[in-house]
Amino acid sequence: MTRPRWRESYIKEELGLKGIITVLGKDKVGIIAKVCTYLADHNVNILDISQTIIQGYFNMMMIVDISSPTKSFETLVEELQELGRSIGVEIKLQHEDIFNTMHRI
Amino acid sequence: MISRVEVQETNSMIREMNLDVRTITMGISLMDCAHEDMNVFNRNIYDKITRTAENLVKTGEDLEKQFGVPIVNKRISVTPISIAAGGLKTDTFVPVAEALDRAAKEVGVNFIGGFSALVQKGFTNGDRVLIDSIPEALAVTERVCSSVNVGSSRNGINMDAVKKMGDIILRTAERTADRGSIGCAKLVVFCNAVEDNPFMAGAFHGVGEQECVINVGVSGPGVVKRALEEVKGKDFETLCETIKRTAFKVTRVGQLVAQEASKRLGVPFGIIDLSLAPTPEIGDSIAEIFQVMGLEEAGAPGTTAALAILNDNVKKGGVMASSYVGGLSGAFIPVSEDHGMIEAVQRGALTLEKLEAMTCVCSVGLDMIAIPGNTSAATISGIIADESAIGMVNNKTTAVRIIPVIGKDVGEVVEFGGLLGYAPIMPVNAFNCAPFIERGGRIPAPIHSFKN
Repeated sequence: MTRPRWRESYIKEELGLKGIITVLGKDKVGIIAKVCTYLADHNVNILDISQTIIQGYFNMMMIVDISSPTKSFETLVEELQELGRSIGVEIKLQHEDIFNTMHRI
Repeated sequence: MISRVEVQETNSMIREMNLDVRTITMGISLMDCAHEDMNVFNRNIYDKITRTAENLVKTGEDLEKQFGVPIVNKRISVTPISIAAGGLKTDTFVPVAEALDRAAKEVGVNFIGGFSALVQKGFTNGDRVLIDSIPEALAVTERVCSSVNVGSSRNGINMDAVKKMGDIILRTAERTADRGSIGCAKLVVFCNAVEDNPFMAGAFHGVGEQECVINVGVSGPGVVKRALEEVKGKDFETLCETIKRTAFKVTRVGQLVAQEASKRLGVPFGIIDLSLAPTPEIGDSIAEIFQVMGLEEAGAPGTTAALAILNDNVKKGGVMASSYVGGLSGAFIPVSEDHGMIEAVQRGALTLEKLEAMTCVCSVGLDMIAIPGNTSAATISGIIADESAIGMVNNKTTAVRIIPVIGKDVGEVVEFGGLLGYAPIMPVNAFNCAPFIERGGRIPAPIHSFKN
């Protein structure tokens, strides 16, 4: 099914324009590189990035600009998940509003 | 700016504590489908449901990806069929149930509710046809859910209907005896049924509702349990505050999903149902919450108080998180869908009588309880009458979803599978109530219904 055009424009206008990417898993070389390359390839700008490593476990959070990605948000979610699987970590992209709604009144 | 701690908290609720949106339920009015010819009517309702709910499942899946939170069920509720199909010249509504089932399968929802009748004060011809069709309808369909409202605080209790439903439940059990009497798991008898309930099997789209509406049921027993583990041994003020804070967060997620679903589908947002609904999964149980509160098992002395605390504070936390609250809004205590409840029954901690007491302080009622298949219709009617009386006098919704499992007796277990879980057969008080049920007629409205 094709996505109705009003929906695309609605998502951009009404929802915030930011996504949150979290990466969890065993630390290894090149995790950030792979994620950043994917984001650059799809015109997703990184606004903020922070990471910690606790007992060998890699924990990263990124705030990204999703105002003009080259693919739909749902596709980015799926492909990032797939990318995570291929390098053995869990990668999750979520719209920022779930966090805003839950933690802010 | 969103902080790392907040992101981690939300995602660990989803990953480790089974936080989810339990259901997005689309209510659809079938009032404009009326016709006297069965084939035309069935085509009308099939077309309307499949057209209106075409994008429901897809939208639910998109929202799951958008926010990274599972939306477990996508469902449909329709105008009570006894009303919508009232114009049919027929003596059976079974073909209507089959049309509903086909429509549910076509749009990909797992349940469709509304094979229902509202008979708290008496039967119309349509009500009689519908009720008589229930055993066959639930046997030949897979996804259709049925409910009958037999009483209300405003009108009293229709004891003819109570008597009738004892028999109908037994016939439904017999008709699906080869499948653990599963037909009865899709049949609810209500007192004070609500018109905007998104949860099955009791959902229907009330006559006071608009053309089409989105109602959302949230959940999260696991999140509440984990939060309470942090405050073990603290006093009741702390206990209540913790439940409120947690319920607020859980409900906010439901509110977000409901508003988004409503916008994307172009359908008005109705209500959020603030209910803690367990699933058979470990860590998604109401009984486990009781244990964290300090009870050895669900059913121990103190259980009713614990449930009252839980129910009240879920509401207090949830009300501010949502713009419209409705539906049943309370903790569910279905036995077969909660592994902690099952364990409590098997250990002898939880009885039918204790469950009845618990229904005085929570939604909804005696839910998903398996009883011996040789229980008499009069005894089932007696159980319905008791539960309805609790609802009528206390101005609350109560319900009975009880399964007399044909061929099984106390101590055995029946397996329903999936969300419906499995249940040990519970003993029923065997003393006779038939002469009481046989009286027939109506119990008049209670004194506190005269408020004008």
